[in-house]
Amino acid sequence: MADGPHAALNTFPKLLVRNARQFGDRPAIRHKDLGIWQTWTWRRVYDETRAYAAGLSRLGLRRGDTMAIVGGNRPRLYMSVMAAQMLGAIPVPVYADAVAEELAYVLAHAEVRFAAVEDQEQVDKIISIKERLPQLERMFYEEPRGLRDYDHSRLTPIADIIKDGAEALKDAAFAKTIDDGIANGNGDDPSIILYTSGTTGQSKGVMLTCARSVQAAVDTVMFDKLTERDVALAYLPLAWVGDHYLNYAQSLVAGFCMACPESPETIQQDLREIGPTFYFAPPRTLEQLLTRVTIRMEDASALNKWLYRTFIGIARRYGEKLLNGEPVPLIGRLLYGIGRIVLYEPLKNTLGLSRVRVAYTAGEAIGPDLFAFYRSLGLNLKQLYGQTEAFLYVTAQPDGQIYSDTVGPAMTNVDLRIADDGEVQFRSPGMFTEYFKDEAKTAEVLTADGYVKTGDAGFFDEKTGHLKIIDRSKDVGKLNNGMLFPPKYVENKLKFYPNIREVVAYGDKRDYVAVMINIDLTAVGSWAERNNVAYASYQELAGHPLVYDMIAEHVAEVNKSLASETIMAGAQVKRFLILHKELDPDDGELTRTQKVRRGFIAERYAPLVTALYDGSTEADISTQVTFEDGRKGVISARVKIRDMALEPIRAPVGKAA
Amino acid sequence: MTAPYAEIVPNAASAARSGRIGDRLLSVENVSLSFGGVKAITDVSFDIRKGEIRAIIGPNGAGKTSMLNVINGFYHPQKGRITFRGKTRSKMRPFEAAYGGIARTFQNVALFRGMSALDNIMAGRTLKMKRSFFWQLLRYGPALREEVEHRKFVEEIIDFLKIQDIRRVQVGRLPYGLQKRVELGRALAMEPDLLLLDEPMAGMNVEEKEDMSRFILDVNEHFGTTIALIEHDMGVVMDLSDRVVVLDHGIKIADGTPDEVKANQAVIDAYLGVAH
Repeated sequence: MADGPHAALNTFPKLLVRNARQFGDRPAIRHKDLGIWQTWTWRRVYDETRAYAAGLSRLGLRRGDTMAIVGGNRPRLYMSVMAAQMLGAIPVPVYADAVAEELAYVLAHAEVRFAAVEDQEQVDKIISIKERLPQLERMFYEEPRGLRDYDHSRLTPIADIIKDGAEALKDAAFAKTIDDGIANGNGDDPSIILYTSGTTGQSKGVMLTCARSVQAAVDTVMFDKLTERDVALAYLPLAWVGDHYLNYAQSLVAGFCMACPESPETIQQDLREIGPTFYFAPPRTLEQLLTRVTIRMEDASALNKWLYRTFIGIARRYGEKLLNGEPVPLIGRLLYGIGRIVLYEPLKNTLGLSRVRVAYTAGEAIGPDLFAFYRSLGLNLKQLYGQTEAFLYVTAQPDGQIYSDTVGPAMTNVDLRIADDGEVQFRSPGMFTEYFKDEAKTAEVLTADGYVKTGDAGFFDEKTGHLKIIDRSKDVGKLNNGMLFPPKYVENKLKFYPNIREVVAYGDKRDYVAVMINIDLTAVGSWAERNNVAYASYQELAGHPLVYDMIAEHVAEVNKSLASETIMAGAQVKRFLILHKELDPDDGELTRTQKVRRGFIAERYAPLVTALYDGSTEADISTQVTFEDGRKGVISARVKIRDMALEPIRAPVGKAA
Repeated sequence: MTAPYAEIVPNAASAARSGRIGDRLLSVENVSLSFGGVKAITDVSFDIRKGEIRAIIGPNGAGKTSMLNVINGFYHPQKGRITFRGKTRSKMRPFEAAYGGIARTFQNVALFRGMSALDNIMAGRTLKMKRSFFWQLLRYGPALREEVEHRKFVEEIIDFLKIQDIRRVQVGRLPYGLQKRVELGRALAMEPDLLLLDEPMAGMNVEEKEDMSRFILDVNEHFGTTIALIEHDMGVVMDLSDRVVVLDHGIKIADGTPDEVKANQAVIDAYLGVAH
């Protein structure tokens, strides 16, 4: 860090004081309002937040109290987090799109006395659940629109609190109590409670402490060499650990500027205007961006199409190597240089990514092609693996060591290990202290020697030493010969082929792994057109011998890749079939978020699963389907099963199970 | 400080509004309008008060749009008087109505399709521009300052209607619901005293209707604009308006609060039909 020892700077409010002194005139927050980017300097953020804290103090907010923050990425809401922390109170951010039910649970569980909210929508939501929040005393709002006729006895605009606080601070004695409160901030006190989105059961309040949070952010700021000259667009949900960490915590530590978008719908335009240097996007967002580019290229002129194809080809050949600093022949450098001028830079500019120095993606497995596309354009896109319980980072890929299928080595000061059952466990500087008011859950997750159980199964890649995440631990099964069977890992590897849309893998308590595959009608259909394969229906195409041959090639490649990883070698696919119909949420085969429901499918297609394991080469199946207009019908088919040759398994080495 | 939070209840929107509703802003007296032998409106009288949301409803062909056209001077009634802000007239041209502070939207969106949403709304400021056309061409000095002022106001409307993301998009490429919103924005840009909305929710889905209702209420509250609207969706009309006037075959058959109108036998007959 630029600022010497960090021992004393163990809370975020102390960092704010430092930033106001050191970077006083530099931008801290930007927000596009009425079409124009407004800038708050660090000095102004400090002044306003201090006045805000003073106002909150006069309203009765005390050390240890909790205060909810509900809304989008607005400067005043980030300042609400900061102002609460100045008083030693604990901010509890909640997702803006949380339904009243979730909101009621979190606000009641966290026993919040105050809530700072964005607008009328959130005020209405909280009023609708007020019976369940007996401790809630007062709400503060940012956007006055529509709230004029509400009873204001317990409802205050944030602007008024700041004004009131600024007035009160003129009293030197009062000002001193506020400033002393900041200076005496204790590093061991709670900094924030982040509620995890409860995919399984009720959400849990992850309690993070001040000094640990700051320390974690200091480590990653150094790791990526972030400085006060960096810029990030704060567009991720305020209540998500990713936003609180990447934008709020890192900007306070490094002193960089975070820009708040004008509205959730304008993010793409705001990205272009701000030109961030630090960028995070989940794989789904990156995929949507690429799809948009592809679609627009299809409408482009023939010349432009040709340019795009040619230079994307060149980028794929040389781009990643150049980014990784590997040797590239002169002609490659030359072609890539031309490509930068005619395509890569203009394209990145359109996407708002021209100035990005460090970009991360995380959250789910990213397809190698997708990952390579962005990297080949010269975007330093990396992967990280993290958790709310770790205050985000557990692992991250360092510059120059980037692979699409790993999440990198342990982050600075993080201890990482794989438990005997394959579960990833870590100890990190930012790790949480407890789940708020839930000792049982805390005890479940913490090991005796102070590691956190992630619930994810993983292993260290032999070649790179990087961590690879396989699946949720509870989904990982074992074959009868004791080899590991991680269904999602196998399915994802297959699904990265554009021809394959869905995969369902079986193998738990079986002799070998077998999969059922759904082909992608668009991709395979266009392949069929190019190769003069005639078909009349999805079913016919799916059963075509040439399609089987093509899919078999993909499966063979996946087997080869699995065999190269000692502990995964047993999970090679021995037999596969191509389903005669597309898996569909309407038939209950996929969840609404497009995840396969393995158990349900096993029951529904029981004759096929039996056939996969009894050696038969084909099987009859008839299933009920729901058509788009709601009518039901029955599809019958005879589905062929293909046997695959397995790659030889190398003798186990090292610590493989 | 520690009293239960449960006491906070938002006042029903219309209850709060009743406090703001003021004097008569516009009154229509014994207006009759006919096209050749077709009688569109026969001897209709009603008034609109400052700050209220007034609905004009009726079955198809009842003369609702004709009534709106009479109010903003597009049609000239053969009989009757119209008093707007204390000035009585029997005849007025649309631009006079516009200067006088009446703005409107149309049943079938009438925007400049080739222009951006921003430019369309800016067009609504035309009457407020003080500098001459030639000054504006120069875009220098006072003309530039004036344009900046207008732009600021327009940006507030854009923010208000939550259409920041389509600021630069050609209106012709927008979906219908958004076009309606842009049209409302253009009408608002005139800072009207009286806003006439001709079926603001026609052809919208439930969600779009809810949004539009919210905007209409907010416009009324935020800018204090008096609103007269024609709408087919009864639920919307009953929720939004303070008073409703019901036309049938060009004749006024009822006038009163939504509850009164709902209970009125003549209205029920007009909508559901009567056994003869």
